[in-house]
Amino acid sequence: MTATTTATTPPAPPAGQPGPARGARATLAAALLSLNGLRRLGTYLLLGLVAAVATGPDGTADEPLGAVRDSILDPRIVVFLLLAVALWLVVAAAPLARPLVTTLIARVREPVVASGLPQHRYAPIVTNLVLLAIAILAPLFLSGAARQALVNDIGIYALLALGLNVVIGYAGLLDLGYIAFFAIGAYATAYFTTDKALPVHSPFLLNPFLVMPIALILAAIAGVILGGPTLRLRGDYLAIVTLGFGEIIHLIANNADNLTNGPRGAFGVPHLSINMLGLEYDWGNDPMPYYYVLLVIVVAVMIAFGRLERSRIGRSWAAIREDEIAAEATGVPTLKMKLLAFAIGASVSGFAGVLFASKQFFNPQSFSLQASFLVVTLVIFGGMGSRLGVVVGVAVLQGLAYYLRDPVPPTDRYIYFGAVVILMMIFRPQGLIPSRRRKREIQLSEQGVGGADSLGGARPEGAQA
Amino acid sequence: MSRHRRGDAVVAPRQAPTGAPSAPGAPGEDLVVDARDLTLRFGGVTSLDGVSLRQRRGEILAVIGPNGAGKTSLFNCLTGAYRPQHGRVFFSPEPGTTHQLVGRRPHAITKLGIARTFQNIRLFPALSALENVQVGIEMRQRYGSLSTMLGLPHMRRAEREGVGRAVELLRMVGLEHRIHEVSASLPYGEQRRLEIARALGTEPRLLLLDEPAAGTNPAEKRELAELIQTIAANGISVLLIEHDMRLVMSVAASVVVLNFGRVIAHGTPAEVQRDPAVIEAYLGTENGESTADAAGAAADAPALGRKDLD
Amino acid sequence: MGFLDQFWQLTVDGLMSGSLYAVIALGYTLVYGVLQLINFAHSEVFMFGAFGGIFAARAVMGDGGDVPSGLASVGIVALGLGVGAICGATAAFCLERVAYRPLRKRNAPRLAYLISAIGASLFAVNLAGKMWERQNVTIETPFTNGEVFKLFGATVNTKTVVIFATAMAMLIMLDTLVARTRLGQSIRAVAQDRDTAVLMGVNVERVIVMTFVIGGLLAGAGGFLYAMTFSAAYNMGFIPGVKAFTAAVLGGIGNVRGAMLGGIVLGLVESYGGYLFDASYKDVIAFLVLVAILMIRPSGLLGEKLGRAA
Repeated sequence: MTATTTATTPPAPPAGQPGPARGARATLAAALLSLNGLRRLGTYLLLGLVAAVATGPDGTADEPLGAVRDSILDPRIVVFLLLAVALWLVVAAAPLARPLVTTLIARVREPVVASGLPQHRYAPIVTNLVLLAIAILAPLFLSGAARQALVNDIGIYALLALGLNVVIGYAGLLDLGYIAFFAIGAYATAYFTTDKALPVHSPFLLNPFLVMPIALILAAIAGVILGGPTLRLRGDYLAIVTLGFGEIIHLIANNADNLTNGPRGAFGVPHLSINMLGLEYDWGNDPMPYYYVLLVIVVAVMIAFGRLERSRIGRSWAAIREDEIAAEATGVPTLKMKLLAFAIGASVSGFAGVLFASKQFFNPQSFSLQASFLVVTLVIFGGMGSRLGVVVGVAVLQGLAYYLRDPVPPTDRYIYFGAVVILMMIFRPQGLIPSRRRKREIQLSEQGVGGADSLGGARPEGAQA
Repeated sequence: MSRHRRGDAVVAPRQAPTGAPSAPGAPGEDLVVDARDLTLRFGGVTSLDGVSLRQRRGEILAVIGPNGAGKTSLFNCLTGAYRPQHGRVFFSPEPGTTHQLVGRRPHAITKLGIARTFQNIRLFPALSALENVQVGIEMRQRYGSLSTMLGLPHMRRAEREGVGRAVELLRMVGLEHRIHEVSASLPYGEQRRLEIARALGTEPRLLLLDEPAAGTNPAEKRELAELIQTIAANGISVLLIEHDMRLVMSVAASVVVLNFGRVIAHGTPAEVQRDPAVIEAYLGTENGESTADAAGAAADAPALGRKDLD
Repeated sequence: MGFLDQFWQLTVDGLMSGSLYAVIALGYTLVYGVLQLINFAHSEVFMFGAFGGIFAARAVMGDGGDVPSGLASVGIVALGLGVGAICGATAAFCLERVAYRPLRKRNAPRLAYLISAIGASLFAVNLAGKMWERQNVTIETPFTNGEVFKLFGATVNTKTVVIFATAMAMLIMLDTLVARTRLGQSIRAVAQDRDTAVLMGVNVERVIVMTFVIGGLLAGAGGFLYAMTFSAAYNMGFIPGVKAFTAAVLGGIGNVRGAMLGGIVLGLVESYGGYLFDASYKDVIAFLVLVAILMIRPSGLLGEKLGRAA
């Protein structure tokens, strides 16, 4: 992390011995053994130690430093220290191999030479069809448990992430209480579909499919109520207000026993079922039918949001991200557009809540703060603003979490998710499969041209004096 | 109180007194903008001090003045970016309709028919030239998010029309060869023209240009003058902030001169250049030079003053 | 018993928790003043301080046995505060290094900072959970928690006095630091205008680090006070964090004295509100206060002074 500090000032080779090899060697030695070089070694060793503790044995509160001690005494520590030293050597040698390194870094960060926009629209279609085929066929080769994970951890979360992507990726805002809308959708489903799941229920009972529009609208209304007053102000306030809102919904779910059944949660929400026009089908306990419904919905949402992104609405969002003042001056109702994005995100979350509730038992634990952070992580990892990226990101991260569930206990997962988020922000803010437009924005804004979010406040209000 | 006195005193002698504000669009005069007595302060700094400005429909009016005179502040008040502490702005997009602008949000003002460009170019840098103009055009379109997501035919039609119109505008400003290029990659002069195209996309009745010639070469300046005249010929009133007196002389019917947040002169370009108050404002001297010399100096002085601008 | 009977007791409790919120709120306000960013990981700085302080105090006190008294009590509290402050400062320093500095070097958009701070928070919370179990860690109060005096019939016990007095002492020290010292001057300079501060020879990088460290010292010491009263846990930071942020906004974010006032006011409001409504929804009150301020007076009680009001 501190690499760039020293890399910028490679010591000049000593005068009188201009031999390139000796000069290079002297440079390397200086880079390694100077105060800065040693300090960097210290930093890397420390990072290695942190990594060792993060992946190491659990500690107890009785021995505050027990976890650290155990990590150091574990032979694994050697690997981490060697990695740290290797990193130190590589970074010190970087100035010597600057051309190579810059191309490598450039490759990792994928700069776009800002010039012509490719106009081909048909090449991606083939890729998309292949991906769709994989998505259709893949579950046939999976075990039962994996299929459950495919629905609960990937399908539902892909939908959630697509919705949050509208807020983070399109509108350039941050919503940290996103899962609250999911909870609203889930509890609404329990309320409207059965008289058994919650202490209260609707006077008329509905099929879960009919609850979908209700949940969608409820969540959107909650979003507007929450976002309306907040978005008038600096965009970063939205993050903290949604954070508080998420916690409150969680609190109500936990404490309002006579409304939400408290921590016991909601049992017995009926599965999805169709019984009309002579067509009768019940989704039941098998995850596969749910998977295919989710697949259809996710693909439909991807198509719909793709249209949104390429439409006047998507362009308005881009305009707001890149220069909010100019957007206003060009007639874009910025507040309304931000609110729209926020409400769309919320309604997708509410919608996903219906599917979730009809699929399985839920309790307030399902709507914890960490779940909100998880969705943020998934969007960031996949690539904010990139629909395909977000879905692939969900599949990769959640898939890893599933297959590594034995070596990595679920409670430790978030250590890695946190690290993933930081590393992405440092090295690849545009995500795994970036959106072309978003990536250009990030790069241009880092060069001081335009913006890449709509948090406001960073640029002076209202043009020049 | 003192505000009124000032407001009257600063209007150039040849101008009819504006002391008693009549109904907007007074008989005999068809005004597109009637800004009265605008006062804008930032903390202790008074940026506009009782400025009044009247522009006839279809006219090209230039606002000139030394740096810090309050020209851009005036633009920001007209477009809603700043809210003046005092004063009102009446805008008449068509004869017979009038809107009071102070207190409206910028996008609402743009919707009423005022578009602007910025002194330090504010394009949407990562969008293509076409998309930049599309944003302007599409603010008038009405289809919503639902019809977009469903891809309804009327939305597709509106979008196609928008693209067609954007291409037309890009052709008008001479950027048809840059349609799909990212706007940040365009050369400076082209960015300025793209900004004008984007503003025209909003179908304005009044176009505010903030130093459109800054940083352009003489050939580009000539093209720009032609463009401004074409725009005006299409029935769009143009309000122009400009330092380049040659450009002002060639396009503007009349000129308003601001200094220290007040209007110090108002008239045709030739009249204004002879005005002693204007000469003094630019040179800071009261006498010692012949009128003719001073007029020439007044034309050049802004060019000197521009250096410390951006 | 009615509200009025309880009023003074609620006031005493409110002042105690309010002074803690004030101490944490300063971290938010200082960082916001200098960077115009909400430091989402500040609550984890608080958590690390709490663990550090409580582990140090426990190591000295040993298991069970007699409650220490006299000088020993003072020593243990001071040790807890000191170690808590150091742990908090270290955590804040590392946070700045890892989650903020690399982005600043790249001139990243603001959204990136918020996200990386959240990543850091997620990492820190769960690492603490792994290292020190996911349960509450408590210590015996290191002093005899008797009644000190009565305030209009309300009992004020030793713990309340210790917390309130320590918090006030820290607030006064910080206020002096910001108002009087050279470092404080640099912090204010950076908050007001970073570019000018650079020109004036202020080492902005150092000021930013120091701002984090000062916020960390306070939050860490505050964490010990909090953990001594309630308990320490890996996820303890979240709720006080949101409340302290509310306090910072209530007072006017970026305003040091505002954060102090905001903390006290929030503590009182919450204490009264928690009695009048259901105590289990006490945490909701802070949130409602936050939304209410944002709607009614977003610049807070005292206005946004340290930084420029955006």
